[in-house]
Amino acid sequence: MEQYAVEMLHITKRFPGIIANDDITLQLKKGEIHALLGENGAGKSTLMSVLFGLYQPEEGIIKKDGVEVKINNPNDANALGIGMVHQHFKLVECFTVLDNIIMGVEPNKMGFLQKKEAREKVMALSEKYGLHVDPDAKIEDITVGMQQRTEILKMLYRDNEILIFDEPTAVLTPQEITELMQIMKNLAAEGKSILFISHKLNEIMEVADRCSVLRKGRYIGTVNTKDTTIEQLSAMMVGRNVNFHVEKKPAHPGDVVLDIENMTVASKVHKNNAVKNVSLKVRAGEIVCIAGIDGNGQSEFVYGLSGLEPLVSGKITLLGKDITKTSIRQKSILGISHIPEDRHKHGLVLDYSLEDNLVLQTYFNPEFTSGAGFLRRKNIREYANRLIEEYDVRSGQGAVTTARAMSGGNQQKAIIAREIDKAPELLIAVQPTRGLDVGAIEFIHKQLVAQRDAGKAVLLVSLELDEVMDVPDRILVMYEGEIVGELDPKKTTQEELGLYMAGAKRDEVKA
Amino acid sequence: MKKVLKNPGVQAFVASIICIILGLLIGYIVLLFINPEGAAESIINVIKNFLTWNRANKKLQQFGNTLAKTMPLLMCSLSILFAYKVGLFNIGAAGQYVAGSCACLYAALAWGWGWLPCMIFALAAGAVLGAIVGFLKSRCNVNEVISGIMLNWISLYLANTILTKVKETASPYTMYIKDVNPSALLPNAGLDKFFNNNQYITIAVPLALIIAIAVYILLSKTKLGYELKATGSNKNAAKYAGMAENRNIILTLIISGALAGLGASMLYLTGYMRWECTQSSVPGMGFNGIAAAFLGGLNPIGAIFSSFFIQHITDGGQYVNTNFYSSQISDLISSVIIYLCGFVLFIKLTMNKMIARSEEKKARAIKSAASQGGDK
Repeated sequence: MEQYAVEMLHITKRFPGIIANDDITLQLKKGEIHALLGENGAGKSTLMSVLFGLYQPEEGIIKKDGVEVKINNPNDANALGIGMVHQHFKLVECFTVLDNIIMGVEPNKMGFLQKKEAREKVMALSEKYGLHVDPDAKIEDITVGMQQRTEILKMLYRDNEILIFDEPTAVLTPQEITELMQIMKNLAAEGKSILFISHKLNEIMEVADRCSVLRKGRYIGTVNTKDTTIEQLSAMMVGRNVNFHVEKKPAHPGDVVLDIENMTVASKVHKNNAVKNVSLKVRAGEIVCIAGIDGNGQSEFVYGLSGLEPLVSGKITLLGKDITKTSIRQKSILGISHIPEDRHKHGLVLDYSLEDNLVLQTYFNPEFTSGAGFLRRKNIREYANRLIEEYDVRSGQGAVTTARAMSGGNQQKAIIAREIDKAPELLIAVQPTRGLDVGAIEFIHKQLVAQRDAGKAVLLVSLELDEVMDVPDRILVMYEGEIVGELDPKKTTQEELGLYMAGAKRDEVKA
Repeated sequence: MKKVLKNPGVQAFVASIICIILGLLIGYIVLLFINPEGAAESIINVIKNFLTWNRANKKLQQFGNTLAKTMPLLMCSLSILFAYKVGLFNIGAAGQYVAGSCACLYAALAWGWGWLPCMIFALAAGAVLGAIVGFLKSRCNVNEVISGIMLNWISLYLANTILTKVKETASPYTMYIKDVNPSALLPNAGLDKFFNNNQYITIAVPLALIIAIAVYILLSKTKLGYELKATGSNKNAAKYAGMAENRNIILTLIISGALAGLGASMLYLTGYMRWECTQSSVPGMGFNGIAAAFLGGLNPIGAIFSSFFIQHITDGGQYVNTNFYSSQISDLISSVIIYLCGFVLFIKLTMNKMIARSEEKKARAIKSAASQGGDK
């Protein structure tokens, strides 16, 4: 019989109204890299929470090294040698790398820290697995890649045998991703067992030995990556064949819709400006993409453009009209739609119903509000039902479902329906497919292209390389708040794009 | 049955009832500990309140007294829940209530104003206090709880100072409105006839009820309510949608303050109570409003009933047998009950968990039954 490091057998976990995990079996062999693939809402997080002791399953058992174990809380999981690198790192920003690694298990003699001992152990681990970190640097000063290596060292320092990586590549540059893949392979070679949660198929193909697929809370199957193809995996994940390539006809750019001159936006975190003197133009009938690694000023750029943050300097013109100082409401009325980066922070009022969210930008129109200030419920309901139908927004109770109760993909569809149905002149889409599954991504890309073909200007901000290469007609790379390169997606390569994104290459770009 | 229990409205109601029962039970236990002899009788008297009286006329009159005092409490609880729906915890309602008291009493006694201007003055005073809190919150990001509590004390001592000018020389209480300026007393409009000529039953009663309904409509049916609730629920999304979120915060606290201030005038302009110029604690009305708001399920209509209940219990406290207990015991019992009333949300949560668990059990039973059937 094969020796498994961890087995989760026939796990069923129900929440009121839904079955998050329905009879799921996951077996992790010793020393393998096992990918866990599934769309958003497929039950990956729930399954991992069960493994971590955050939830108790109604049915099923967990075995460690063939012995049944009960995991009641994360401490139990830790004691069993199960560690996790979360998608959003759990690090103390103002502590050093070393302090973060030993936090919670500080070696001490009678209450006095024994840092020397700790440092030796950390350095030995770092050497062994090729995890380069500077133990005395503060977290806030180091790159995202090094922060991630700190997280990995944290697990190794605790002698964890089973390492869970939750979408580890989302925040990395292409070069850093390659490095991480190598580290994961090293770890597996040293006998660590790795669970790799992802929905990036080519990464799974590259690094994983086996892959288990979940769909809608059900276990679909486990395949050897050697014997499968990307197409097959995606079909397993979505339940149908997906077209990866974005179909689009050549662009026919028209007049300039958006003209930004020398825009500078202050940063909220440091004293430098987050956006420095950026100028660019977006024409009707084209998709312009701002690419870059997270945290290089893209968010602030959009905040400045949309009016959520004030400008330090610069001028914004929409269709020949100066809108630099125009209010957010007025910009919206003038024809700017904005699919925000963070749908929970900006895009939705989560406690409002779906229909109330669908009129968030238009509720004040006479169609929805009477002269006396009363909401026209009937019209709102009709309008919402039309959008739900047209954009295939799925939810438990239709228009009256609370937005909080909807899946991420459908929340995003609702925002997209709302913003596109406003018939904007300029559509700003910031990471519109973040955290979504391939089915939803395909839908959203089609919508963006449809807007372009309808003669609208589309400004896309994206961190996803595939999206950057596939969707836009022009790529502008942003690095440390400046536009450092303009690329033609048809002519450039991912490697070249990566060099620009990492700041290793730059051109003088004229808008 | 399950389906009925899942309805949020029913849930809120059941949770409130459970809280009330728990509160009474704990109150009873406290009485038992102090002196078991009179406990049963006393707790029953608390529940019965005006019903302890034998004569029907007296019952009606006492009922009227409770009702008269319910209205300011209702206004305070509306003030709290209105702000709460917009994501603000207006603990300053107590101070806004004080400001309203001070304004209407001084206008009535010193300036000889009629009841309507007095009422409006009280409303304005509460609104101004609310505006200060709202301004500090939106411009300087000062937490509304902190500035609210500070203003509670400021307004208390300010009221004491100002009202000393219109107090009786022999006592710390303000003069009787009916002696100095009867025109400032709220008109009875014939309503007193229904309560054995209880002079404290005035137009304040229907007015407060109408305002409760108006608050309900404002919150759930209007564009303003939509904007305010959106701001309260997610300030960032409100800003993104082009709402004036800072204006909304100030506006909310102005309305909230106005409600509390107006509430004060509904008590003091009936002549039921006089202001004691030496008091050193903020009147409990504003704080009881918090309990009433939660007990009422944060629903303006629910607040009508919860406010009445809390006032009922508070008044009932005076029927605790003082042969067995010191006179403060009435306050203790009613505050235990009011304290428990704040647990409505907790009870609701527990209820939901229990429903979910029993459903899980059922689903499992069905599943195992089905698999057994499959085996055959």
